[in-house]
Amino acid sequence: MLTPEQVSRVAHLARLTLTDDERQRYARQLSAILDYAEQLASVDVSHVPPTATVLPVRSVVRHTDEAHALLTRDEVLKNAPRSDGESFEVAAAITES
Amino acid sequence: MIEHLTIKEARAGLRQKRFSSLELTQAYLKRIHEHNPRLNAYISINDEEALTQAAAADARIANGEETPVLGVPIAIKDVLSTKGLRTTAGSRILENYVPTWDATSVANLRAAGAVFLGKTNTDEFAMGSSTENSAYGVTRNPHNEACVPGGSSGGSAAAVAANLCVAALGTDTGGSVRQPASYCGVTGLKNTYGRVSRYGLIAYGSSLDSVGVLAKNAEDVALLNSVIAGHDAKDSTSIDSPVPDYAAALQGSVDSVRQLRIGVPKEYFIGGLQPEVEAAVRVGIGVYEQMGASVKEISLPNTQLGLPVYYLIATAEASSNLARFDGVKYGLRVNGDDLIDMYGKTRQAGFGAEVKRRIMLGTYALSAGYYDAYYIRAQKVRTLIKQDFERAFAEVDVIITPVAPTTAFKIGEKAEDPMQMYLSDVFSVTLNLAGNCGISVPCGFDQNQLPIGMQLLGPALGEAQLLALAHAYQVVSSQ
Repeated sequence: MLTPEQVSRVAHLARLTLTDDERQRYARQLSAILDYAEQLASVDVSHVPPTATVLPVRSVVRHTDEAHALLTRDEVLKNAPRSDGESFEVAAAITES
Repeated sequence: MIEHLTIKEARAGLRQKRFSSLELTQAYLKRIHEHNPRLNAYISINDEEALTQAAAADARIANGEETPVLGVPIAIKDVLSTKGLRTTAGSRILENYVPTWDATSVANLRAAGAVFLGKTNTDEFAMGSSTENSAYGVTRNPHNEACVPGGSSGGSAAAVAANLCVAALGTDTGGSVRQPASYCGVTGLKNTYGRVSRYGLIAYGSSLDSVGVLAKNAEDVALLNSVIAGHDAKDSTSIDSPVPDYAAALQGSVDSVRQLRIGVPKEYFIGGLQPEVEAAVRVGIGVYEQMGASVKEISLPNTQLGLPVYYLIATAEASSNLARFDGVKYGLRVNGDDLIDMYGKTRQAGFGAEVKRRIMLGTYALSAGYYDAYYIRAQKVRTLIKQDFERAFAEVDVIITPVAPTTAFKIGEKAEDPMQMYLSDVFSVTLNLAGNCGISVPCGFDQNQLPIGMQLLGPALGEAQLLALAHAYQVVSSQ
């Protein structure tokens, strides 16, 4: 059973601000889902490689190094919640203390 | 009634000038405005641009041009980016997001002259099995409006079933094309992973996501799929292999069934399966037997592990993919005391309950101390599931199963219990884990007149064969 404290830790990692009610609810619901996932623990996978992708692993490189049509700055900034017309605006990430 | 046509019929009518694309589009828009307030299949209706696209298509038709979808009004699931047309992914966080570029599948359809009627409803970020997780309200099943249409491509499935479009694009990460197709009585193709570009598809589980088609029959799926399938340099996981002529593959399909070896996995006919679903699928298999196919029972022994594997891998990938919704570059922003506080508050306000639940689960599965026990272990069991299919396809050509254990359930019935909801995907998620293709084909109704679907599963890049088999069934069973 996940504790509300563990839920808070995960929420912080996920950058989610949760209400107390959500913390309680997710503790209960995530525990139920993880209990269900426990059935994987009994499978012998000691000699099984993991599958990250179904495709053969390969490197994909550009065939040619040619210029392509790219978005203009105006297009890139069009959906910005806040912008000064040249860049995205956010609150200061580093402050002097 | 020109709003009840298939793609094939619409194309014939347009070619013979029995009606114009503009007339066809106007008829569909009228029908959408009449029925959408009740069914809620569309989140956004593309009134103005659709008419412009239709007029342009008419000009190309007048010039004698031909494409499989020229002038045909279609719908697009709202997780695929459409240039200049709002794309919400069913989420509040993208409520006002208007893409400045098209997804490749959308660009291909645009170039081929399809008309975009609008964006269809979906569970938020395609996370769900009922469309109840959409921030824009649930879609109602046209066969019974008290029931869900399935999900996450529920809006597309309902729009096709209710003749609010000729055909539609959907996406399938764990069954999101096939299950709603089954619940709404339409034909739905999940392509092989990489067959259709994922560029411009708002990502959920990147190793599982695929773009697919929902339509009235296999013939229409073949036509639409021929336009969207193919290699794309913008998607490094896109498969560089020629696209077969899907429509041509349907010719002579009834004869081709004679040589067919069908596998029926015993793990799919278990307790919890609605008896009418089992009966209808068995009758469907019998139709192929009468056409000369041979049927044998097979085993996909790790089937029951598919669900926990899926929910660990998909949510882990989702927790990473959805990190981009941080209130900086696009979408909702809720101001906070500092940058971190802004992220948290934005995501708290912008995401719905199921999306947060999955981000939390995925973050937990990837976090220090749990990574090996959950995420890596799930990836290893994924290998076993993939091997199940490889072994099976060494002895049979196609596998037939139910799409889902039951027909459409009532709105609200499973909304409070995530585990119960997840169980409705038990027969569909393994295909995404293996990366193969599958198609959902309507095969009857239960006693409440709700549609039942059978699922045909094929090996990687087996779309042409699946479409031929689905078509053969539809030809024979309509006789």
